[in-house]
Amino acid sequence: MVSPPVDKLSIEGLSVHYGDERAIGPLDFTIRQNEIFGIIGPANSGKTSFLRTLNRMNEFNPEMRVTGTVKMNGRDVNAWRNVYALRRRIGVVFPLPVGLPMSIYDNVALSPSLNGVRKKAALDEVVERCLTRAALWDEVKDRLHTLGSLLSGGQQQRLTIARALSQDPEVLLLDEFSIAVDPVTTMRIEAVLRELKEEMTIVLVTNLVQQARRLADRTAFFLMGECVEVGPTEQLFTDALDPRTKGYVEGDYG
Amino acid sequence: MFQATPLNAQSYGAEKRVRTLFGLMTLVLGLPVLIILGVLLVKGGPAISVDFLLGDPTNGMTEGGIFPALVGTVWLVAVALLVSVPVGVAAALYLSEYAADTWLTRIINLAIINLAGVPSIVHALFGVGAFVLFFKFGTSILAASLTLAIMTLPVVIVSTREALQAVPMAFREACWNMGATRWQTIRKVVLPNAVSGILTGVILEVSRTAGETAPIMFTGAAFFLPFLPLSVYDQTMALSLHLFVISTQVPNVPESLPYGVALVLIGMVLSMNALSIGFRMYLRGRKKW
Repeated sequence: MVSPPVDKLSIEGLSVHYGDERAIGPLDFTIRQNEIFGIIGPANSGKTSFLRTLNRMNEFNPEMRVTGTVKMNGRDVNAWRNVYALRRRIGVVFPLPVGLPMSIYDNVALSPSLNGVRKKAALDEVVERCLTRAALWDEVKDRLHTLGSLLSGGQQQRLTIARALSQDPEVLLLDEFSIAVDPVTTMRIEAVLRELKEEMTIVLVTNLVQQARRLADRTAFFLMGECVEVGPTEQLFTDALDPRTKGYVEGDYG
Repeated sequence: MFQATPLNAQSYGAEKRVRTLFGLMTLVLGLPVLIILGVLLVKGGPAISVDFLLGDPTNGMTEGGIFPALVGTVWLVAVALLVSVPVGVAAALYLSEYAADTWLTRIINLAIINLAGVPSIVHALFGVGAFVLFFKFGTSILAASLTLAIMTLPVVIVSTREALQAVPMAFREACWNMGATRWQTIRKVVLPNAVSGILTGVILEVSRTAGETAPIMFTGAAFFLPFLPLSVYDQTMALSLHLFVISTQVPNVPESLPYGVALVLIGMVLSMNALSIGFRMYLRGRKKW
């Protein structure tokens, strides 16, 4: 017997404005626990703005104004007084990789050590596990103490993924993670993501329509700040309700 | 077949003229420095000796050494740094890492820039009013150093803020996204990568502080005091004031003496600058991104 899906993130009447201009919304949908939720859509359709509202990254940008609610586990994320505790539960990977200017080891050990893990053995374990999952361990295991910011773009991207995993997040936000990664490595990471969804909820923003199709359980199609359609991925790709979705997934525009 | 058009030729000619002009300006800039150094070395060089550096001034300051003034300058600079660096760095951290861009922070920024533009004699009078009289520190190293610290605070704040802002925003965001607090982010990512810039600013501040005369003249530096200061409540001699005094106030000083003092002062300042350049080169070699 399959247990009914649990709502992880509920998006209710969410809008984002930059100045007076509305970038997205209003959006209403839910993201379920332990699913990979794909978000596809052309550039400038508000996918990244949406991600930024989930862990209150919008607060980094004073221009960005958010209305409506995002609930994680049924609780409004803006009601968290301790925003740092909220962010610790949500891992983020950006399209442009950011290797922090410290050693590869410290990049991955930073989050657990900020969280109070002091034992070397425990940190070693986290570093190895996360780098392995991010398909980077074999390439860097002999030079963990060289600078993370000097790795190649693709390696830095995987380092970023490892760092996000080191937080042991409940939700993992991936924004075009494969943009700087070669196809073979992308496939390896995709395989890891399929395993990871047993442990966490993954929100995957991607420009690669086929990547969403390969990975996502359900997919949303964003167009010009509007969520046109949300549905099971296969249905979206084979039998879209909205003609605009159908056109996009079939490559008529985008 | 390529043929230069008249317009091509014209811009090529202009390019050459502009380049020559800029090069000449650079030479003009370097010339005074070389002349000053040359004259000081020739005229002041013979005055430099161990007795000069480590001896007391004697015979109405027309003979002897400069040791009390040398030590006094070190005291004044050190105490000023102890105040201005922590305050300045903390203020810069607040302005760069915490403060939102509001009218209040803009006014504070404006105030800092204006403080940097206040003439040093005005700082001196402020120091007399505030530290010597109001806080009753008397004319002392403490009052003089606090005056110097206030005068150099804007330099520390501005240079520190620039160093902080040279650290890419993406590093901060990556750190915040892991749930790091602002302070954790500052400690782990921002400060380690800004420290070379901050120290460069501090060292430049040292050289400026060492040379100032007006702010210490009324607040703590003595005309003639052949004893070493024992605490911050003592008065002291200082190189810059000593140079002023023996050049203008004391009769019958042999010419080599003021040149020697000037040479020591400029030597101190230049060696601080050299230290800062060397340090910056060392840190740039370890640049992390």
